[in-house]
Amino acid sequence: MKIFSVALLCVSVLALAAPRVSGIDDSDAETNARISALDVAGAFSNEGFKIRDGHWAGPLKPKEKAQLMTVNLYAGNQYYFVLGTEQDAHIVLAVYDETGKKVSTDTWSDGNKFATSVAPAASGPHYISVRLADGEPATFCLLYTYK
Amino acid sequence: MSFDRRVSALAALCWACTPLIAAGPPAATTPLPPAPGAPAAPTTPAPPAAPDVPGISKADIAAALTSDSMTVPLPGELLAALSKQCKPNWSAEFRGPVNTALTSRAQIALNLGALIADGYVAVEAQDSQQVKNIGRDILALGKALGIGNEVIARGSSIAQFAENNEWNALKEELEATQNEVKNAMEKIRDEDLVIMISLGGWIRGMEIVTDIILRNFSDATASLVRQPQLASYLRGKIAHLSPKLREDPLIVSLDRQLVDVEKLVSFPLDATASREEVQKLKDAVTAMVKEMTTKN
Repeated sequence: MKIFSVALLCVSVLALAAPRVSGIDDSDAETNARISALDVAGAFSNEGFKIRDGHWAGPLKPKEKAQLMTVNLYAGNQYYFVLGTEQDAHIVLAVYDETGKKVSTDTWSDGNKFATSVAPAASGPHYISVRLADGEPATFCLLYTYK
Repeated sequence: MSFDRRVSALAALCWACTPLIAAGPPAATTPLPPAPGAPAAPTTPAPPAAPDVPGISKADIAAALTSDSMTVPLPGELLAALSKQCKPNWSAEFRGPVNTALTSRAQIALNLGALIADGYVAVEAQDSQQVKNIGRDILALGKALGIGNEVIARGSSIAQFAENNEWNALKEELEATQNEVKNAMEKIRDEDLVIMISLGGWIRGMEIVTDIILRNFSDATASLVRQPQLASYLRGKIAHLSPKLREDPLIVSLDRQLVDVEKLVSFPLDATASREEVQKLKDAVTAMVKEMTTKN
């Protein structure tokens, strides 16, 4: 019974700590981070970018290893990845190709809003990297736009 | 949200078979528009917010997260890339009415995903009647899955946008419909079917794209079939389905055929698929679509 309780506790902690995708049980912090991200994504939408309905959200701790998310991008398209946090934060947002080389350009930030662009040279897997450089722990939400 | 939908680490199997190349400089990008309510964005890229990392390691890539809503591209993304390389005859990709009188839930979900891919084609063709027909079939399959109510509202929007020729809004509405269906599947604890919707959409999307590529063959169009990690991601998801679904003859067959498809979309980064290879891929995915729509 004790082992079961410990296992249950571990699962609960993991469930709370794991980044989330397209959730229906988002926390307030995630909701606010998503609002920030949508603020930026809205501007891209006016430029003809489609905003994907899904999102990637979760907690970040300062100086921890970057979290990477796999995306499959197509040569010829242009992508902007936009990220919001609830409070101002020191986020490093970048995209790498499958060889591990950084390919994102036009990195932009403004307090709790961040964006970076990719125009893939080749179709295939790419990796979005999100890291909190310093400061207080933060919750992020990342949106994906393309045209 | 279920634990299954948490992001999971994926071994980057394609890494080993992908030679390193010096990727060319990225194409020119549009200037970053200002965020609403925020100061105008700089006209030249601002310095990064924090020290940047020039590269990531193979171990980093192997531990990268994956998720259905981020890792699996939308059919619309692939069609957008394709339309930049050629002028597709979208109407030529329409297919006849699909069988909506299916009884297997897995098969219904596969066909629902495929229909959403058809919806993107109808939007690209700007054919409002075709969009409405597809919307009606999506609703029929949604009802068969017991999620008709969730789909009805979206179906009405799709019909309205098609009526008003709001094609950009329609593309977003189609994705929203797909996500609405997936969320509804999660709510009724039918999460295995979420991956069926993605799988069906990807297979039908590949059938459409390979046909367009063969009609407009060039190195640039042929390179778009390269999706090595995506095929292995989908196979990995099939491997984690419930035993009952994993043993469904249709799923067993599709999984077996995906092995061949994976090989055909896994050519090296600096290579391009030949016309013969694209034809093989088209034949393979066409056979899968046929099986999805007829087997019961």
